[in-house]
This record gives sequence, C-alpha cells and structure tokens, in this order.
Amino acid sequence: MSDPAQKKTPLYNEHVRLGAKMIPFGDWIMPVQYSSILDEHRAVRNSAGVFDISHMGQLVTAGPAAGAWLNEMLTNNTEKLEVGTGQYTFLLNESGGIIDDLIVYRTAPEEFLLVVNAARTDEDFTWLERHRPNNVSLSNRSADYGGLAIQGPRVVDLFHVILGDNVDLPPRNAIVDLLRNGRQFLIARTGYTGEDGVEVFFPAKDATRVWKEVLDKGKAFDIRPCGLGARDTLRLEMCYPLNGSDLSPEHNPIEAGLGFFVDLKKTKFIGREEMAKAKEGGVTSRLVPFRMKSKGPPPRPHYSVWRDGEQIGEVTSGTLSPSLNEGIGMAYIAAPHARADTEIEVEIRGQRFLATIEKKPLYKKS
Amino acid sequence: MNVPDDLFYTATHEWLRQEGENARVGITDHAQAELTDVVYVELPKVGAHAEAGGQIAVVESVKAASDIYAPVKGTVVEVNRALEGNPALINTDPFGDGWIFVLKMDAPNDVKQLKDAAAYRNAIG
Repeated sequence: MSDPAQKKTPLYNEHVRLGAKMIPFGDWIMPVQYSSILDEHRAVRNSAGVFDISHMGQLVTAGPAAGAWLNEMLTNNTEKLEVGTGQYTFLLNESGGIIDDLIVYRTAPEEFLLVVNAARTDEDFTWLERHRPNNVSLSNRSADYGGLAIQGPRVVDLFHVILGDNVDLPPRNAIVDLLRNGRQFLIARTGYTGEDGVEVFFPAKDATRVWKEVLDKGKAFDIRPCGLGARDTLRLEMCYPLNGSDLSPEHNPIEAGLGFFVDLKKTKFIGREEMAKAKEGGVTSRLVPFRMKSKGPPPRPHYSVWRDGEQIGEVTSGTLSPSLNEGIGMAYIAAPHARADTEIEVEIRGQRFLATIEKKPLYKKS
Repeated sequence: MNVPDDLFYTATHEWLRQEGENARVGITDHAQAELTDVVYVELPKVGAHAEAGGQIAVVESVKAASDIYAPVKGTVVEVNRALEGNPALINTDPFGDGWIFVLKMDAPNDVKQLKDAAAYRNAIG
C-alpha cells in the first residue's frame, strides 16, 4: 500500500506514534483522525485543537515591483496590505477559473508571503514563475517550513502560557515574525475552523519540538491533536470552501459566492474581464450552503440536487455536522434556484431527501 | 481487538451469529474501529432477499459511506430499529446492541463457508 511518491510532513512520526489513521491527501500522507472526528471537532469548538498544516505551501516574492505585480496576478488588492497584514485572495486563469485560493501577507514593504493549498503549490509556483517580471524574485519555501494550526476558544490563553503574558498575538488576519530562543516563528491570526486561533509556521527542523510543546502545555486547556476529518467538518460548518471540491478551474469566485475578494476597481489582473462579466451579466450557477430537513443519510460530494423533478445542481461538499447533528453541505445550483430558504432535494442512493438552502455560515456560535 | 469465538466472519468484516435457521448480522469491532463515529445506518427492508455477498445495508461515518454485505443468502426477517436513533451503538457494542439485521437463511449450512474466529483474526493481522 505504501506509495513512494507520498510526501511526509516533518511530523509524520509523531502522528503515527499517537495512533493517527493516515490517509493520502494529494501527494501527501496526512492524519485524518487520531481518535474520533466528532471528539476532535468538539475539542476545537469547546477548547483547543492542533492540526499539522506543514503540507501547505509557502511562496515568497520580493522586489520593488512585487506588490504591483501581485496585484495583476491576484484578485484582491495587495495595495491595501500594510506590513504585517494579510488578505484572502484568488489566483485565476485567463478564463476566470480558480487555480487556487490563498492568503497573501505583506511581510516587509517589498516582500510578500503566499500561503497556498498543498495540492496546488507546484501549479501556483509554475504559473507565477511564468508571469514573473525580472525585477521580482519568487521562491518556493514550502519544504523549509513546518506549520501548525492551533484553533479554539482557549488558544489565546494557551499562547500566553507558551509565549509569556507580555507577548500579544497579532489581530485577526495579521502576522508577526517572532524570534524566540533564537528560533523563528511566523504567527498569523488566521484559521479554517470559525474559532479564534493561529496558524504558525517555523523551520521544518523545529516541527517536532513545537508540536510537543503545544500538546504538552495545551493539556491544561484540553487540547487535542486533530486530523483532516475534523478540519473538513469544522470548515464546512462555516462554509469555507475547499479547493478541489468547492473551488476548481471550472468555477470562478463570483459563482462561488466570494466576489468580496475580487477587487474590480483594479484596472488589470488575470481573469478581470471574466469577473466583470460575471458580476454584471450574472452567472449560471452559484455555490450555496444547504441543510437537510430530516434525520437521514448525510449528503456527500457528487450527489445530484433536484427541484420539481428537474436536476438543478450537484453537491460539492457534504457531511454530518457534529455541532448541529444534521446533514449539511454545499452545492452548485442553477442560479434561478440559488436563493436562501429555497427547498431542494438531494438524491442519495436513488432516494430524494428534502433540504433547504441556507445563508452562510451554517453554524453560528450561540 | 475483540473477535468472539462463537461467531462466523466474512472477509468484508461482517459477523454472523447462528440462531437456528436465522442469522444475526453486524460489523466487527475491527470494522467499527476503522470506520469510527458511525452517524447513520441504512437498514435493509424486512422481507428483502439477499444473495451471499450482496450489498444489503449502508453504514455511514462522518467521512464516508460503506456498504454492508449479506454473509449468506437469505431473507431479512428483523432489523435493528434502535440504530435509527442511536447509530453509535455500532461503535460502543458492535457484537451486541449494535447488530444490524437478522436473516432467515436459505441454507443454514452456508455458514460453514464463512471464516471462524481464528481465520478472521489472521485476516486482520
């Protein structure tokens, strides 16, 4: 079963030691769960959870023209970024299809860090390299960094125990470069769970030490190591899209309901024409969240969606929501039907089950 | 991993308890540990007839749906309605309260074609 092409993060041995169930994820072999997806999910909602995100890609670009160039490559406006802040944005192809969704940080006046999806890192790099002017540098630093997402309502308290009371965490979407005992940490106040928390990047060789320290000091905060399974249920409750499932080159950000991160005030960026058309002329389908109306089988990707005997769409993400204890998902639906409160049917093994289109997010903290 | 001696087993991780002409069926401790967190069980219909190895029920975890197969051929005479309200019984008591259905076997001798506990223990390592 072992595939020599599978990449291991620097924490692979730690996951195996903790008894994680390991699965292929793109080119990588990653923990899907340690004990129970439900327990890991609840730990993040109620206390704290730590995820290995070392597989995520880090691209660094620098030079006097780096900001202006990125603005032509990405949909959001990098000029709005002050040093130490980040924004969610898209890398589009010429027809407006999504190559990747990512977070770009301005780490210095003329330097930017792009944190990209693991499975898209090489593609992103090749695409950017192809469009790169000579006065801008670009490097793929993915192998140099390990990363942890530490998420949950008790994470801020945990961080004060780890870093000391005198160190402040950066505000939402900001990033700090911290030197601690001679070791570098990039700490970003970001996440993919809907809870407060951080994503931390550090030299790959420090990964095991950081992981153990977080788990050890996190004990007092009921921290749990969490796998991709809980990461998926947590993000889906918040309606955060998953690249490769909800986002793909076949769809653009307007269809995905993420037009907020496309700045049409910019006069030039790859995919701009298509985005302008989509914003003015409308789109044929839209990505919407939905919730099953009755206890039944959970929805899954690729199930068909129906209304009045007509197929109107397809599920892209689906699961049982651990917080709501109901089936939830996201689906691309023919635009005329893609409105909140619309009743739809999801076909599961030949039988159709009622669901309702909802507003984002599907889960709200009470 | 718990593998009771008095049951028969399949390569697809169902167990079968012979009760005269009937067979009570569920999934093994090993199978539930692999699936974890069962959140939905699609029970077969009483009166349905199944061939040996035929898909007859579905067990869904948070992550995926898994088919359950009839270990021997027969007719469904009883299903475990308790799983509709509490599918996690499959996790907490796979060989007891987590049973899924009862078949009236077409040929009770068919159980001899299944694995015994020792053979199943070998199969799961």
